[in-house]
Amino acid sequence: MADISIPKPTTGLLTTDALAGPRSRARKEGAVKWILFSAALVSIAISVLIVLSLINEARVFILEVDWANTWGQQGWFPRQGLYDMPTLLVSSLIVTVVAMFVAGPLGLGAAVYLSEYASRRTRSLLKPILEILAGVPSVVLGFFALFFISPQVIERIGRNGWLVVGAIMIIVYVGMVFRWARQAMVAEPGTTLRTQLIRILTLTTLVALGLILIWWINDVAGSSDPASADFFTVKRSGQLAAAAVGVGILTIPLVASVSEDALAAVPEELRAASAGLGARKMTTTVQVVLPAAVSGIVAAFIIGISRALGETMVVFMAGGAADAARFTASPFDGGLTMTAGMASLATGTDNVVGEGLTFQSLYFVGLVLFIITLALNVMAGRYVSRVREKY
Amino acid sequence: MVNTKPSDEEILKGLGVLDDEEQSDSGPDVAFSVDRGPSDEPLPEEVSDEDLVFDASELSVFYGDFRAVRDVNLRVRRNEITALIGPSGCGKSTVLRSFNRMNDLIPSARVAGSLLYRGVDLYDPRVDPVEVRRRVGMVFQKPNPFPKSVYDNVAYGPRVAGRKKGLDDVVENSLKKAALWDEVKDRLQDSAIGLSGGQQQRLSIARAIAVDPEVLLMDEPCSALDPIATARIEELMAEIKSEYTIMIVTHNMQQAARVSDRTAFFSVELDESNDRRTGVLVEYTTTEKLFSNPDDERTENYITGRFG
Amino acid sequence: MAMATIGNSGAAERRVEDEIFRRGRDLRGSGFRTMLFAALAISILFLVVLLIQVFVDGWPVLDERFGDFWSGTLRSRSSDDKLGISQGMIGSFWIAVFVAVIAFPLGIAAAIYLEEYAPDNIVTKTIDIAIRNLAGVPSVVYGLLGLFLFVQTRELKDSTLYAGGITLAILVLPIVVITAAEAIRAVPSSLRQGAYGVGATKWDVIRTQILPFAAPGVLTGTLLALSRAVGEAAPLILVGAITGRLAPRDGSFLSLEQFSDRFTAMPIVIVGWVQESGRDAGFSAAAGAAIVVLLAFVISMNSVAVVLRNYFEKKRG
Ligand SMILES: Nc1ncnc2c1ncn2[C@@H]1O[C@H](COP(=O)(O)OP(=O)(O)O)[C@@H](O)[C@H]1O
Ligand SMILES: [Mg+2]
Repeated sequence: MADISIPKPTTGLLTTDALAGPRSRARKEGAVKWILFSAALVSIAISVLIVLSLINEARVFILEVDWANTWGQQGWFPRQGLYDMPTLLVSSLIVTVVAMFVAGPLGLGAAVYLSEYASRRTRSLLKPILEILAGVPSVVLGFFALFFISPQVIERIGRNGWLVVGAIMIIVYVGMVFRWARQAMVAEPGTTLRTQLIRILTLTTLVALGLILIWWINDVAGSSDPASADFFTVKRSGQLAAAAVGVGILTIPLVASVSEDALAAVPEELRAASAGLGARKMTTTVQVVLPAAVSGIVAAFIIGISRALGETMVVFMAGGAADAARFTASPFDGGLTMTAGMASLATGTDNVVGEGLTFQSLYFVGLVLFIITLALNVMAGRYVSRVREKY
Repeated sequence: MVNTKPSDEEILKGLGVLDDEEQSDSGPDVAFSVDRGPSDEPLPEEVSDEDLVFDASELSVFYGDFRAVRDVNLRVRRNEITALIGPSGCGKSTVLRSFNRMNDLIPSARVAGSLLYRGVDLYDPRVDPVEVRRRVGMVFQKPNPFPKSVYDNVAYGPRVAGRKKGLDDVVENSLKKAALWDEVKDRLQDSAIGLSGGQQQRLSIARAIAVDPEVLLMDEPCSALDPIATARIEELMAEIKSEYTIMIVTHNMQQAARVSDRTAFFSVELDESNDRRTGVLVEYTTTEKLFSNPDDERTENYITGRFG
Repeated sequence: MAMATIGNSGAAERRVEDEIFRRGRDLRGSGFRTMLFAALAISILFLVVLLIQVFVDGWPVLDERFGDFWSGTLRSRSSDDKLGISQGMIGSFWIAVFVAVIAFPLGIAAAIYLEEYAPDNIVTKTIDIAIRNLAGVPSVVYGLLGLFLFVQTRELKDSTLYAGGITLAILVLPIVVITAAEAIRAVPSSLRQGAYGVGATKWDVIRTQILPFAAPGVLTGTLLALSRAVGEAAPLILVGAITGRLAPRDGSFLSLEQFSDRFTAMPIVIVGWVQESGRDAGFSAAAGAAIVVLLAFVISMNSVAVVLRNYFEKKRG
């Protein structure tokens, strides 16, 4: 009978001790709590260590570098002591912008389709495929960008593609202007001559800017003329554009899943109310659901940008430069982003010790990248919490 | 076995191992009729230490700055059924949860005043809420079976209390007391999720009984059940009353009138200074008196349906 | 003007009629829908083309000499019979072990603390912010951390398997915490209440209610974290994993001495061969074949995770 506890007396007064519980229990519960707490503290420790490690070496770079070598040089040649930051920053910008031109519309479109249009069955079939895409390692995308996107897509349509883009822009422009002019003439509701003129002027400005950009990228910014390539530039067959498309593909599932969360947070009543007023699905989606989810979608784009900026291997493998890169503003040149520049420094030879501050430059670039992505993530977090507050 | 230790029979009784029938001399006969009405003999107002289970005086419960209930004076007697009634939001659940320190799970909740359980201040820093909850069990509004087998549900409490042997008997007896045994004895290893709502609620009662508590707190145990299942639970409460002290929150006045010995009527007062509503205990007396001849006008209005 | 107005209201009436009777199909609407579907389809198409491309490139190697490829090592010529992925597989295996041993317990414990214990105070808030921001830190930066912590001499010659393993464990820790916390948050509070109500201690509740209920979600998160770690290359390059040639070791696959040796891993092998392919085109086929092997692991881990999650989501409604 030893295992059956003695029943407590069921009447009469108790002492506090009777309700105090065994010491051992309190001790065990306390120990568990402390162990779990320490595990949670590890994340703070890691954050601190990251910042410390970055600052520790970057400080040396900041204090000792000849700042003239970090701006306005021919390019990023860390082993020669030339640390031209614009080279890395502009390449990072190009890759990020092009990647978002791929991931933004595709990710958002996929999210809207899955959340607003797809039947349950379609959804349960297609969404996992997107999730598989999210799990594809970036080295695989690097391989794909180098051996498929670059030769089969960029090289084929490449520069001539810009002509196509320009032509399409002009055709759309003429069409829109024609349409708006006609609307103004038959005086459709909500169209006065003034609003139509403003529309036309805005579009004209945008198209002009676009054409100028195309011309600039093609004829001014590029340094791809073979004659101008010198021993500094280690050319490979890739180029920033191919890498950027690869990065974009990697970013699609991220943009899609964050946008989809935002769309899912829009209350069903809003859709029902809109449908109840006789609005069609498209009207409901465009005029009710998307505006309601806008801060979440903005967050998705910011997170996408941060991810694209931080992506390393795709650009490292398919970006068309190794070790060093000349300054370029053309996506059709080879180049090094901040991340690819760092990876390049750490490979090739067996150590990163080069002239003077080569090793420290690694941490300096890392610090810059860390600060930019941190700022983006904090911003995205703001937008996400705005969604949460709203619903 | 001749020593100061209780006899085997007492032990088994204490654990609920012996059947009701075997406990021939277990006090006054329990009424089985649901609508037996309040007991004929008037219940005594005075109460001895022996029979006093809870003694709340000037008990207030806060959620952060918000005082949900204030200045409750309530003495709960052994082997009685005490009902808490009142309009929704007047703090009945809040008060009930403070009686076994379930409010500890709500970070913002805080208690002021004193609440004695058999002479011990329940909110003494030395008191372990786990110990309290093993003596003061709770049955919730929504049936909440664990996603485990029927058997494991009932055995859960004894197991976490460190009991390993004799579980079969505990499970069987608890289920018998909860009037569920006949319905589940052939599927003890099936998932409890498959039971009906009424069965799930009786399972919750069995689960609470299995740790051999002295008090059962029930927060609107029938509000999610149909009338037949409700009648079963009421019947069950009358059956087990001789062994437990029961407090029940109900929004159903007829239910309070049917099952309880004493009833506490709560209401809300509007605090004009900050426009917040605080629960107060308006009247607490025998169920018979409260429903036939209440002292307070607010009680009268409530039970005659003029308010709330 | 009057003409215009009349014409106008006529048009409006016609539009209302169209809306009601759906006269003429809703062209804009179906165009919009098609565009959205195209976005999804193109995204999926990328995946399909990618898989085909990789498979086609790697097929010669997989078809002709899979056995040798599996057991071979890093070599300087693509035509070398002994060229293969065994060193990469061993490295990736051990990295997975590091992640499982370090990141899983730590991450799950932290998640339990945050969901079940953490008071609403500044420490908790700091932990929360730290985890959320760590999840967004680019993986190369983790590489810098690993370099700083483990590779003291600034020459990558002493970078080791344990440096790589721990770095990746740190990298995936926030993923584990976030997914585990999500799974724990999904545990219905009625289960907690029921358990506390019969006198369970906090640890009892965690052990017997929360962890069993959250297990599928936690497992999903750990599988995703594992596949992320196995596919990650950038941090390993930073801590100095070998991309070129790595002398074959003797000694067992499981020997613990290799922790303090130089190492490589599957994604690094792939990067190395892609780089070599400029010099020796045969390496691109080897890289393709290595990718097929890597993808087989990563995609099956991901699929199991996704299927597992969907199954339990459905089961619990
Ligand atoms: N967890 C909580 N946090 C804050 N306020 C609460 C909480 N639970 C209940 N309240 C508030 O306390 C008051 C009493 O609630 P409750 O005890 O549930 O009333 P009853 O059970 O009588 O309907 C209500 O005003 C309610 O809003
Ligand atoms: Mg209530």
